[in-house]
Amino acid sequence: MLIVVCIKQVPDTTQVQIDPVTNTLIRDGIPFIVNPYDTHALEEALRLKDRFGCKVAAISMGPPNTEGTLKKALALGVDYAILLSDRVFGGADTLATSNVLAAAIRKLNSEVDKVCLVLCGKQTIDGDTAQVGPGIASRLDYRQLTLVDKIVNLDFPANKIRVSRKLEGRHEIVEAPLPAMLTVVRELNRPRYPKVNMRLIAAEAVVEVWDNKTLKLDEQKIGLKGSPTWVSKIFSPERDKGEILGDGYADPAGTAKLLIDKLIAKDMLPL
Amino acid sequence: MTPNSAIFTPLLLISLAVFIWGCWKRFSLISRGRYENRFDNIGTRFGEMLLYAFGQKRVVSKPFGINHFVIFWSFIILLIANTEFLLHGIFPAISLMKLPDGILLPLLLMLDLVSLLALSAVIIAAIRRLVSPPYPEARTLEAFFILSLIGILMLAYFGINAAKITRMQDGAHALAHTWMPVSSVISGIIPPSIAASIYAFSWWAHAFALFAFMCYLPNSKHMHILTAIPNCFFHRLEKPNTQPREEFIAGNTFGVDRVDNYSWKDLLDSFSCTECGRCQNVCPASITGKPLNPRGVIHDIKVNLLKNGDSLKNGGTPKVPLIGENGEGSVSEESIWSCTTCGACMEACPVFIEQMPKIIQLRRHLVENEAKFPEELLNLFENMEGRSNPWGIAPTERIKWCSQLDIKPFNKHTTEYLFYVGCAGSFDSRNKHVSVAMAQLLDKAGVSWGILGKDEKCCGDSVRRLGNEYVFDKMAKENVAMFIERGIKKVITQCPHCFTTLKNDYRQYGLELEVIHHSELLRNLVQDGRLPLSKRTEEMGATIFHDSCYLGRHNDVYDAPREIVEAAIGKAPSEFERNRSNAFCCGGGGGRMWMEEHTGERINLARVNEALEQKPDTICVACPYCMTMFEDGLKDVNADAVKVRDVAEIIAEVALR
Repeated sequence: MLIVVCIKQVPDTTQVQIDPVTNTLIRDGIPFIVNPYDTHALEEALRLKDRFGCKVAAISMGPPNTEGTLKKALALGVDYAILLSDRVFGGADTLATSNVLAAAIRKLNSEVDKVCLVLCGKQTIDGDTAQVGPGIASRLDYRQLTLVDKIVNLDFPANKIRVSRKLEGRHEIVEAPLPAMLTVVRELNRPRYPKVNMRLIAAEAVVEVWDNKTLKLDEQKIGLKGSPTWVSKIFSPERDKGEILGDGYADPAGTAKLLIDKLIAKDMLPL
Repeated sequence: MTPNSAIFTPLLLISLAVFIWGCWKRFSLISRGRYENRFDNIGTRFGEMLLYAFGQKRVVSKPFGINHFVIFWSFIILLIANTEFLLHGIFPAISLMKLPDGILLPLLLMLDLVSLLALSAVIIAAIRRLVSPPYPEARTLEAFFILSLIGILMLAYFGINAAKITRMQDGAHALAHTWMPVSSVISGIIPPSIAASIYAFSWWAHAFALFAFMCYLPNSKHMHILTAIPNCFFHRLEKPNTQPREEFIAGNTFGVDRVDNYSWKDLLDSFSCTECGRCQNVCPASITGKPLNPRGVIHDIKVNLLKNGDSLKNGGTPKVPLIGENGEGSVSEESIWSCTTCGACMEACPVFIEQMPKIIQLRRHLVENEAKFPEELLNLFENMEGRSNPWGIAPTERIKWCSQLDIKPFNKHTTEYLFYVGCAGSFDSRNKHVSVAMAQLLDKAGVSWGILGKDEKCCGDSVRRLGNEYVFDKMAKENVAMFIERGIKKVITQCPHCFTTLKNDYRQYGLELEVIHHSELLRNLVQDGRLPLSKRTEEMGATIFHDSCYLGRHNDVYDAPREIVEAAIGKAPSEFERNRSNAFCCGGGGGRMWMEEHTGERINLARVNEALEQKPDTICVACPYCMTMFEDGLKDVNADAVKVRDVAEIIAEVALR
């Protein structure tokens, strides 16, 4: 039995800026992190591995430097780490991305072991679409259980999974047959911290790379060509530079008064 | 029964065998430890041994240490009498009495008086242990047993000599009266009829006390008689303010999870502990009710070694885990995480036991091999590794503190000092005020300085003290490479944690920096007249100065901050009851800044209450962690009328306004 975790390398969004001319992210010098929601998917897969002894594969589609993200997954204890990387995969929207990821999962299912679960973060913090996970489920015809904050029961003999979904203001308990695709929220678990020896081994490990020669997908269905989505404009909302009023540390009362006066002057404080 | 060498000799040989066997067993256990070179600077080491082992310099720093000094030196001097006694027991022909009078008589006088001194010291020690022990658990049977043995030895010595004197002829009697005054007085109460019996009884009592001593010594905490002297010889000559590097190669073990992963010196430490309890009486964790007790840690290491000794010798694995809740012989995880690395234990230890590095080794195991640590540290570790600051704030925000100042980046050709602002100085809203004050003071004094700006990274102090050596190693290497590339030689820090890390830890990476704490630099600038203090400030009111552990105890900077505060307020700041090398931690060091404190009293409250006893208006600190701990503590006890000020802020008050 194999659990597949889809992870994505994203720019550390707290440090991201957008190029005003090209409307794209300025990636130079911005450190990459593992998409935070994906770390919870990874943790849950590793917990299931600890409990049931199944194997875990981490897959990621991205440029060659995504290897670092997959090595982090190896350091945490996944059994297989596969990078889906090819120039023809580039420029993909959520549909084209899910085509590539689904193809890789199919390949794992037929060549490595039967896939019982696919785990994804509920969304990425760069694109924020929350579409890739469900897209994979659709392509593979798996049941999709989104926004999971707890796996209530996983019954391999009965081939069933029961989860709790975190919805607005309520929880929903749903059951589905396996194989299933889950997207997970932060409340699911606390990710583990890698052990040093695992990190050292992962640093030396060679991450397997699958390109389109391996996956053999129709080029019309992947990359830019396979992406019907068209981004017309992306921008940071303008924000005026802030202003430091007075010295709140030396004179808190006076500074509070300054602030109130200012807000009243701007008609921002209803009286 | 009169002395009889036919009985005495075999008994002595058996006792000697037991003694040597006990010592050998312990020595072979110590040799299970990892190799560590402590054989450098032999001359200095010899001097240290003379000063601290034979001179008992640290022992006598506490009033009761004088008593130990007396027992120690009596023991050394009485070795003459005891050696003679043992040799005489085997070969009755050997006797001090054969010495010429010119040597013999003064020697007898000395031995007589020293025995009396030793007896008195032993009685005082026993009374102290009964009435007011150094710590409650010190009233052990073992302690009284060993004191009684020494007492018996002295009493028997007097018994032997007094009985001899009773039977002496007039001439000899008069001599004895002069040269063995104590024994002579005792001889006055011995009827001549029983003198022979008293002699024989005392002689055998002395013999059996010596045998018991020999057999018992290696198995007790009194082993320190033999180990404390070499322990002083082998002590770390540099201050133990840093931890050794680890080599990150797959397959290596990191930190310590079994007792034989410690170095031989660590194991020698455990046999050198006399359990005086001075460490626990200054430990902020012990005092505030945490499970950590530095004496206990050392004791547990010893017990663990003894319990696992046999299986380790056979190449097996330890039966009793070193880390765990298994009682004696195991150190609990909570105690491992309770240490603030303040170093008070090491400063207090009379025989230079290094408690703190041993605790950090245990942390290293937990973090690096087990990934097991209090959950609040997960964010810290990830923030440090990912964004190089404890809060995980975007590195681009590092320069926000100086957005309204005109500050130049460090330039290797034109700038003298790098002002290494530090994470607290860059991100912590309270501490940014200190950074601003420093920037303005440096400009006012015309110092050539610059910053690294967005490129500055955390020094890694907290992760190193928390045992996350892997992440520290990465951070240190990055910083060292950047410092070398940018030609940085002289650094100003306003945080004692940055100070010690840049100064002492980075040296292990081949980077020798001239690091100056801002309190020292400001003191120099004022003294050189470059920073004129035109007036004195009344605004601070009654000011008390708190020593930061990593500035004071770990790096010996005590006077600079006091002098500069004095220059600003016109009088010396008042002192905490526990000050300078005896100062009590704020609770924020050793990574404790980032952890919850669930057990016992809060350390910062203990220190705040100590400050409030002196009724200060201002608590002066020289460390951002101390600043936070005091401000939080003052709020907790509703005393926020008392202000906390960094030394730089106090100087800014008089130099800038």
